[in-house]
Amino acid sequence: MATSKVNLKDRVDPATGEYRVIAPGETFRSVTEKITRIVLTPHTPLGWFAYFAVAGAGATMLMVALCWLFLKGVGIWAITQPVAWGFAIINFVWWIGIGHAGTLISAILLLFKQSWRNSISRFAEAMTIFAVACAALFPVIHVGRPWLGYWLFPLPFTMTVWPQFRSPLMWDVFAVSTYATISVVFWYIGMVPDFGTFRDRAQSKFAQYIYGILSWGWRGSARHWMRYETASLLLAGLATPLVLSVHTVISFDFAVAVLPGWHTTIFPPYFVAGAIYSGFAMVLSLAIPLRKYYHLEALVTERHIDNCGKVMLVTGFIVAYGYGMEAFMAWYSADHWEAFTFWNRAFGPMGWAYWCLITFNLAIPLTTLWSRKLRTNITFMFIISLVVNTGMWLERFVIIVTSLTRDFLPSAWGTYRATKWDYMTFFGTVGFFVFMFLLFVRFLPMIPMNEIRLLLPGAKIRPKTGPEVIR
Amino acid sequence: MPAREGTYGLLAEFDTPGDLVRAARQAYQDGWRRLDCYTPYPIEEAAEAIGFHRNKVPLVTLIGGLMGGAAMFALETWISVLAYPINSAGRPTYSWPAFIVPAYEWTILWAGLSAGFCMLALNHLPALYHPLFNAPNFRDGATTDKFFLCLEALDPKFDLVQSRSYLEGFKPLSVVEVEY
Repeated sequence: MATSKVNLKDRVDPATGEYRVIAPGETFRSVTEKITRIVLTPHTPLGWFAYFAVAGAGATMLMVALCWLFLKGVGIWAITQPVAWGFAIINFVWWIGIGHAGTLISAILLLFKQSWRNSISRFAEAMTIFAVACAALFPVIHVGRPWLGYWLFPLPFTMTVWPQFRSPLMWDVFAVSTYATISVVFWYIGMVPDFGTFRDRAQSKFAQYIYGILSWGWRGSARHWMRYETASLLLAGLATPLVLSVHTVISFDFAVAVLPGWHTTIFPPYFVAGAIYSGFAMVLSLAIPLRKYYHLEALVTERHIDNCGKVMLVTGFIVAYGYGMEAFMAWYSADHWEAFTFWNRAFGPMGWAYWCLITFNLAIPLTTLWSRKLRTNITFMFIISLVVNTGMWLERFVIIVTSLTRDFLPSAWGTYRATKWDYMTFFGTVGFFVFMFLLFVRFLPMIPMNEIRLLLPGAKIRPKTGPEVIR
Repeated sequence: MPAREGTYGLLAEFDTPGDLVRAARQAYQDGWRRLDCYTPYPIEEAAEAIGFHRNKVPLVTLIGGLMGGAAMFALETWISVLAYPINSAGRPTYSWPAFIVPAYEWTILWAGLSAGFCMLALNHLPALYHPLFNAPNFRDGATTDKFFLCLEALDPKFDLVQSRSYLEGFKPLSVVEVEY
């Protein structure tokens, strides 16, 4: 008991009586210096180049895999009948799910006034954008003739062919393209005032020009800030229903089909919760090395890691409910094929994947994340984030592959074994994602300075008698 | 090339947001209208103090969203009923429930783009040059940790000597004259 009391005292600022998000002793200038130094330093750390080279090799592998794909066609992948979706759609759903946590942090937590999010919102948004870029790649290359990808859009062609709007695959086009656009707009607008800070703090003429142009001449006028805040709030309000709709529409791709194991109404909430679950895991996978490497422990504190762990616990239980409901409906529906599909998932030839996913997504995280001690243990949280990311990838693998390999007619059954090109494309996108993220960390403000300043005790206007000048 | 010659205004620098807001509120009460605050993070009280209470961004966002949704629904209806009618499992060509999802997405897309671009347009951004960037102390402070109040020369009450002593009454860190 005694320790928890000391802990609480530590977490509350004695001067203001408010909960601390940022470590004590920071000022407007010190947080600004901390963040600008990462970008405006003339000395890029050697370690950055090392990671960049490894990630660049991964991105190059993706390019090789794509070149061979464009030369030979999708036959180099393992997809055939009956498994026509395979890795491409597994990776699509996995990547876009990861993106969702970024929007959740930047939009939904903003609406709920969860100010702790300010430290991690920017790089969570960057994560969203790069994850959506990786995700959007897969359906485009999966169509077989990616150079005709623009046929997905309602454009006037000479053949006068138009898209079929009754198909969830068509809805996907609009959901994902809207999601990507709004995420980029939200992300860029959020960075504009920070680009202004970079412009003003940069020493080299070149950096001043570049950040000056990127900042659009931001000067922090009170009128500008008001409109800016209104626009940010509106974008957050718009991104919230958007992010929920995107994974719902993606789950419709499955739920609208008649395939056993797909044709179920639990899919939309279960997909959205799974997306946020894996997304928060990815936030931790990125935040933990970053804060250590760039010494940002004062800005991304244990409280952030702890809160991410709590969100994972909640969404993990929603996912567990989804798994439970699938099992229950397999029995309760009294549908022969539904029951068989469930049995086949758990005990069929790919049962190993099902039990791995139960272990990675439910057994390990949902028993350990209850403990505050473990939630604030940084090494443990890093490992758990990788475990959950693997588990969520396996979830999509199980949903897609087990349902497709064995559906109604045993004569139409098949199997699925990914080729090296499948793996190269998948790990290539991981490399590309890290590659983009390293560029972002090096050249853009990864922590929103203007929002961090709001969290400092001197930021609020207090009555003259109160403790105003606490800096 | 500067757009005008002469003085843009007087810029007072403060150390805390509280000092800035008190000064701005007093100046507004004393009849100043061409004035603005410059802060490194959003301070709602500063905008309130200079009499800026409402903005048009929400209205434009609403109009943009409604237009986007209506445009997509109309496009889907035109394509599915007139331009390229497909008999898909005997469903009616005007199967409107299926059209809601893309219309919903476009409502959000257009509303979001309207909010972003309307904010920029009303703020007259991008504007890479502004006279305030000529002030020697603006660069180090305005986007980091200082709070500025600018009384503009276009205000009828503006007088270089009297306004300077008026601003100095608020005990700022400094008062500087800003050239165009």
